[in-house]
Formats: sequence, structure tokens, C-alpha cells
Amino acid sequence: MISADFTPLAGLAGGVLIGLASAALMLANGRVAGVSGILGGSLRPGPGDLGWRVTFLVGLPLGAGVVHAFDPAGHGFAITSQLGVLVAGGLLVGFGTQLGSGCTSGHGVCGLARGSPRSLAATATFMLTAAVTVFVVRHLLGGS
Amino acid sequence: MQTIVAGLCGLVFGAGLAISGMTNPGKVLAFLDVSGAWDPTLALVMAGALGTTAAGFALVRVRVRPWLAETFALPTRRDLDRDLLGGALLFGVGWGLVGLCPGPALANLSRPSGEILVFVGSMLAGVALHRLLWTRRSAQNSSRVHPGSLAEIPSPQ
Repeated sequence: MISADFTPLAGLAGGVLIGLASAALMLANGRVAGVSGILGGSLRPGPGDLGWRVTFLVGLPLGAGVVHAFDPAGHGFAITSQLGVLVAGGLLVGFGTQLGSGCTSGHGVCGLARGSPRSLAATATFMLTAAVTVFVVRHLLGGS
Repeated sequence: MQTIVAGLCGLVFGAGLAISGMTNPGKVLAFLDVSGAWDPTLALVMAGALGTTAAGFALVRVRVRPWLAETFALPTRRDLDRDLLGGALLFGVGWGLVGLCPGPALANLSRPSGEILVFVGSMLAGVALHRLLWTRRSAQNSSRVHPGSLAEIPSPQ
């Protein structure tokens, strides 16, 4: 059953923008636009390696903020998770992406676009465990 | 110049996340919940991003160096190891619990709520925890190549 919230055109358009940003960062700076990698590297920067990481990371909320400002009604969201779930989820996402060398952007977009076997394996793994987690939480434990 | 370009890339990336609806955890969870009312939007975001990135990366293959830097910092490893798969497994569980991965989590700092701040704070703590454990592990086994950074290269610069 397909949800009534399916927004294919907005999804595709946003995806193209994400792709343009990823391609531009590689072509101009020679860097992979992987958010977790850029974030992790900013905590232990090499010489002259911090500035671009910070501006990229600060750009993320600025870009999202511009979109929200133009269309405040269209981008509402609610985080329904409880405090303990938020903390556990954040810790797992932070630790897991560093241990696994990437997240949805680094492995899922940049890595797959390069045909990296490591990124394919990582993406398949986190997609599967995420889907299993949602199934367990929503349908076995009955939470949301 | 590299700093400015990276900032613009972050800006466009963040705008793309917001336009596509991926900053909304509910929409991400509705994709991951294949047995519920399924929202395939995330698949189209991935398709649009992958296609565009792949086209850009095709240019990388015919170029010797980037426009603004000396070298392309591309990962070279092709082997699968326990860290890669274990890390992806843990990340997937966290992603499935809340519906936020690192990009959308940071993009949502544009409208900081208590929930977003708790999640991002915990995420940073997770990154720092990995850093701490990895430093300890590499001290015990100094010959080991750094497994942690996204760009699976030993040491950027």
C-alpha cells in the first residue's frame, strides 16, 4: 500500500540538488560529500583541513532553513521518539557511521555513484537493519 | 576558496534535504516501514542524487585533479571488514529508531527543538566515543590503518 504522503517530484528534485552538491564538492575540492565523514574529520582535523568541513556543515541547516522559510507550511515535521530512544538513536548513528566509515550520503550516494563494493555492502546493511528496526518497533513492540 | 565552495555545497545539500522531505523523520520512517503505508519518496531522492552524482563523478575520471585542490581524496579500499559491516549495522538500528541520519539531523538545526538538540548531542557523543576507542585501539596496534573516516584513506593530508 502506497502512502498518500508520497511526493515523487519533490523527492526527485531534492535528490538532484543533493547530487549536484556532492558532484561539485568532488570536482572542485576533491572531497567526498559524506556528512558523517566530514563531521568526524572536523573533530580531528589535519592542518588546513578544518575550514571547509565547518562551512559545509554550517551550510546544511542554512540551506534547509532557506527552504523552510519559503514554504513553512510544507515542511512540518514531528519527532515522536521518547528521550531514551533519541539518546540511543543518536549514539548509534554517531558511533556506527564512524565505525562503518560513512552514512546515507557517503556510502548511499557518493559511494554507490562510484561503484564502491564497500559502500554497496554498507548501504545494503544499514537499509536492512533500519527496516528491521522499524518493523520491530512499530509492529512487534507496538510503539511508533 | 575551497572553504567558500564547501559552504555553498553544504547549502545546496541542505536545501535538497529539506525540499525532498528527508528532514522529516516521519517520512524516512514511512519509507523504512515497508509493511505499513509505504512512502517510496526516499527511493526517488536516492535515484535523483545517485544519477546526478554519478554524472559528476564521470567527469572526475577524465580529470587529473580537482579545480581547487591538488588531488581527489577518493577511498581506495575495496575489501569488506568487520568494522564496515558492524558500523553500518549499528547505524541502521539508530536510523530506524528515530528516522534521522547525520545530514538531516544537522539540517534540522535550522529549527532547533529539544528533540533535535538531544539527538544531535547524542550523535556527537557517539562520534567522540568512537574517536576515543579508536585512539586506544590504534595505540595497542599502531600498524592498523585508520578505519573510521568516511574517506577510507589513511590520513587526509
